[in-house]
Amino acid sequence: MTYLYSAILFSAITAILFAKSTTKGMVAVSMVFVTSLFSGFIAVPALVGNEYQILLAGTIPFGAVSIKIDALSAWFILVINFTMITGVIYGKSYMKPYARQRTNLTMHWLSYILLHISLILICSVQNAMVFLISWEAMALSAFMLVIFESYKADTLKAGINYLIQSHVSILFLMLGFIFVAVKTGSYDFNAIVEFSHQQPVMAGTVLFLSFFIGFAIKAGFVPFHTWLPHAHPVAPSHISGIMSGVVIKIGIYGILRMVLLINADYTTIGYIILFVSIFSGVYGVALAIIQHNLKKLLAYHSIENIGIIGIGIGIGCIGLGTANELMATLGFMGALLHTLNHSLFKSLLFYSAGNVYQSTHTMSIERLGGLIKQMPHTALLFLIGALAICGLPPLNGFISEFLIYGGIYDWLFSADLISLIIVTFSILGLVLIGGLAIFCFTKAFSIVFLGLNRSPSTSSGNTTSSGSESEMSFWQLFPMYMAAALMIFIGLFPSVFLNLLIKPVALFKSDIVFNPNLPQMGTLDSLHTINWVSAGFILFILAVWGIRKLVNQSKVIATEPTWGCGYCLPSSKIQYTANSFVRTYTKLAKPMLCIEKDETEIEGIFPTKKHYDTHPYDNIERILIDIPLIKVAAVREWFVFLQNGHLQRYILYGIIFIASVIVIPVLIDSFLIILQFLNHL
Amino acid sequence: MLSLVLILIASLFFTGIIIRTKSISSGRKGPGIFQPVKDVWRLFKKGSVYSETTSFVFQIAPVVYFSSVAMAILVVPFGSTKGIISFDGDFIFFAYVLALGKFFSIISAMDTGSSFEGMGASREALYSMFAEPAFFILMGSFALLTGHTSFFGIFSTLHLGSYITYALGIMATFVLVMIAMIENSRMPIDDPKTHLELTMVHEVMILDNSGFDLGLILSTGYLKFAMYGTLIANLYIGELSLLYAIPAFFFIQFAFAVSVGIIESFMARYRMSHNPQFIFALSSVSLLIFLGVLLVLGKFV
Repeated sequence: MTYLYSAILFSAITAILFAKSTTKGMVAVSMVFVTSLFSGFIAVPALVGNEYQILLAGTIPFGAVSIKIDALSAWFILVINFTMITGVIYGKSYMKPYARQRTNLTMHWLSYILLHISLILICSVQNAMVFLISWEAMALSAFMLVIFESYKADTLKAGINYLIQSHVSILFLMLGFIFVAVKTGSYDFNAIVEFSHQQPVMAGTVLFLSFFIGFAIKAGFVPFHTWLPHAHPVAPSHISGIMSGVVIKIGIYGILRMVLLINADYTTIGYIILFVSIFSGVYGVALAIIQHNLKKLLAYHSIENIGIIGIGIGIGCIGLGTANELMATLGFMGALLHTLNHSLFKSLLFYSAGNVYQSTHTMSIERLGGLIKQMPHTALLFLIGALAICGLPPLNGFISEFLIYGGIYDWLFSADLISLIIVTFSILGLVLIGGLAIFCFTKAFSIVFLGLNRSPSTSSGNTTSSGSESEMSFWQLFPMYMAAALMIFIGLFPSVFLNLLIKPVALFKSDIVFNPNLPQMGTLDSLHTINWVSAGFILFILAVWGIRKLVNQSKVIATEPTWGCGYCLPSSKIQYTANSFVRTYTKLAKPMLCIEKDETEIEGIFPTKKHYDTHPYDNIERILIDIPLIKVAAVREWFVFLQNGHLQRYILYGIIFIASVIVIPVLIDSFLIILQFLNHL
Repeated sequence: MLSLVLILIASLFFTGIIIRTKSISSGRKGPGIFQPVKDVWRLFKKGSVYSETTSFVFQIAPVVYFSSVAMAILVVPFGSTKGIISFDGDFIFFAYVLALGKFFSIISAMDTGSSFEGMGASREALYSMFAEPAFFILMGSFALLTGHTSFFGIFSTLHLGSYITYALGIMATFVLVMIAMIENSRMPIDDPKTHLELTMVHEVMILDNSGFDLGLILSTGYLKFAMYGTLIANLYIGELSLLYAIPAFFFIQFAFAVSVGIIESFMARYRMSHNPQFIFALSSVSLLIFLGVLLVLGKFV
C-alpha cells in the first residue's frame, strides 16, 4: 500500500510541476482525495478501536520509527481530511483569477499536498525526531501557503511573523523532546512515558508545561496568539480556512497527546490549561468585536474557540486528577467534538469571507452591506456558520458547548471551596464568551450582508448597488454546503458522534482509577433528548412559517422604503455602521482594549471635511512583542557605527575575524603553557 | 403539559394587568385587561408592509423569535409536574434557545438598514448579553444546592432542606424579575412607552414590522413575561399539591404583573450609559445567592 501511495504521490507532484495552471488545481484535488482515502482507510477502523501500528525498523537516520494510529490520532486525521478536502475544492475555484501566476500556483499546490501529508504524519508518528521534522514541514508549507500573494508587503510581513513564531514553538518542543532523549537515550514516545513514570510527578508537570507552551503557540492560546490575527487575514481564503480549521488544531492534538504520554499532576495542569483557556476565550472574542476587517475578526474568533476547546481539556484533566469519571468524559468529549465543530464552521466562515472578498475586493466591513441580495447562498452559509459558532441550537456548536457546560456543572457537585470559586469563574467565562460571540456575529453578519451597500461609490441609497457583486460558482459553493450539511447533521444527531468519541476519550481514562461514589448527572443521556428536541424545534419553526404563509396569502402585502421616522431622503450613509454598533461596548471595555485613533477636529464656523479613523490593536501584542522589539532595537542602536557603508571597514572586520580565529587559540595555548609552567614551580 | 397551559393562560392577561396597573396609578381609565390580546388579533388580520431594503432574514426572524420562546416554554416545569421536555442541563438549552431568538430579532432589525433600528439592535445585543451571566450563576447555585441540573429537579427539591432556601428564593426572585425586565425591554432598562425613537431599545427594533409579523412579535413578548413569571412562581411552589399550587401560580403572576406596572409608573428609565452597570450589579446579586448556597451547604469551614 505504501508503494502504491508513493507512486501516486510522485506522479501527482510531477503532474503539478508540468501541468497547465488550470489543471494544477485538479491534480491537487485528486491528490488530497487519495491521501484522505488512504489515511481514512486506516483511521476509520482505528477510531472504533482497531489500532493500527507498524514499526519501520532501521530507518536512517532515525533508527526504528514506530507509527501508531490510535483512536485519538484517528479522530484528528478524519477532522483534518474533511477540512482539507473542502479547502482544496474551494481553493481550486478560488484560485482561478490567479491562473497567470504559474510558478506561484505550482508552489501553492505542492505546499498544500505537503501540508496535508505532514499533518497526518504528525498525528501518527511515535518518534520525536520524525515528529519534529513533520512539524517543521507543516510549519514551512503553511508559511508558503500563507504568503501566496508575497508581492504584497503586508502579506510577506505577516508570513514571516508567523514563520518566526512557529519556530519559537518548535524551540520549546525540541527542548522537551531533547530533555527526555538525553535522560533516556531514546526518541521514541514510549521513552516519555517511562521517563515521566520514573521521575517525581513535579518533573512530569514541568515537562508538560514546556510542551504546552510549544503547542499553545501553534494553537493560538493567549498570550501566544499574536501571529494568528496577522497570518490568517493575508492568506488566500481557503488557506485561512484550513489554517484556522485544522492547522491550529494540531496544537490541540499535541496537548492532548502529551496529556496521554506524560504522567503529571493532572489537577495542576488542568487548572493551568483552564486559566489560560478562559483568558484566551474572553480575550479573543473581546478583541474580535472591535475588528473591522472581516477575516481578522474571524481570526480572533479562532482564538476564542481554541479557548473553548481548552476549557474542555482543562475540565477533562481536572476530572482525571480528581478521579471524577463523568467530568473527564464530558470535558474531553466536549473538547474533541468542538475541535471538529470549529474546523467545520470556521472554515465555512472563512470561505464565505473569501466569496465576499472576490466579489467586492475589500475585507473592511464598513464598506460592505446589502450583499444578501447579490449573494444569497453566501449569506445563508455565513448565517449558518455564525449561528453555529455562537453555540446556538439546533446547530453543532451548541452540542459541544453543552458538553463542556455539563462538565463544569458536574464539577460543581464534588468541588471544595477553592474549586467552587474556579467553577463560578469558568461558568462566567463561558457565558461571557457565548454572549460576546452573539454580539460579534450579529454585527458581522448584519453589516456585511444586510441593509444597503455602505461604500461611498453608491451612496445614492438605491438597493441595486454597483452590480459587480455576484454569487460564486457552483464548485465554490459546493464544499461550503458540504460543511454546512455536516454541521446540521451533528446538531441533529449528536449521539452518532458521541459514540464515535467513546474510544478516543477512553484512552485518557485508561490509567485512572475513578471514584465511583461521586454524584453523577445524566448530561450524556440529555443529548439523546436533544436529538429529537432539535428536530422538533426545526419542525415547529417550519409549522409557524407555514401558518404565516397561509395567513398572509389573502392579505395585501406592500413594499415601501424603510421607515425613516419622518425623514424622507434616506441614504445608505445614514445606516448604522460596525463602529457605531459596538460603540457602547467599546466604551465599556476600553481598559482592556487598545484602539488607535486618528482624527481631525472640525475648526471654524463652517464645517470642513472631517476625518476620523480607528485602528484596533492588540494590547498583549504590544506588551509582549512590540515593546521588547523596541528595546532590542535600542540595544542594536549602540552598534550601528559598525555598519557604516565603507567597504574597507568591512574588509577590516573580516581580517580581524580571521586573525582572531587564528590568534585566540594560540593565545589560549600559550596561556595554558604558562599556567603549567607556573604549576611546576 | 400543565405548565404550558398555565403559561398560555397567564400570557393572555399578563400585559393587560401591567397596562391596567399603570392606568390606575396615573389616574386614567385605561383599556381593558384583554386589550393587548385584541391588538394582536387585529394585527393578525391585517396586511403587511415590508421595507424594500429587507431580505428573507426579515421575513423569517419573527417566526424564529416566536418559536424560540415557545421552545423555551416547553422546558419550564410547574412545581412537581415536569415540563414537556425535561433533561439534565435543560436550563442551558433554555438560555441558548432564547439567545437564538434574540440573534434573529437583532439581525432582522439590522436588515432594514435604518439607523434607528441599528441603534436599538446594538443596545439589545449588549444588554441581553450582560444579563446572561446572572442567570447561569443563579441556576448554578441552585444546582449546587439541590444536586440537580434540570429545571424540574431544581424546582421540585428546592425547599426540601431548610427554610433559608425561601430567603434565597426571594433574592432569586429579584434576579429573575430584573432579567425578565431586561429580556422584555421594560422600565428600568427601556421605556416601552417612550415617544422618541432615539431612546427606545426594543420598540425601535420592530419599527418596520407590521401585520402578522408584528402580532407574532407582540405575542412573543407576552409569552416571555408569563414564562419568567412561571419561573418565579416555581421558586415558591415546590412540592405543593396542585390544589394550592395553581392558585398560588396565578397569585404570583398577578403580583409580578402589578409590580411591573408599579415599577413602570413610579420609576424613570435609567440613563442608557448606566444600564450596563445596573446589569452587572445583577450578576453580583446572583453571586450573593451563590455565597448563600455555600453557607447553607456549610462549604465554609
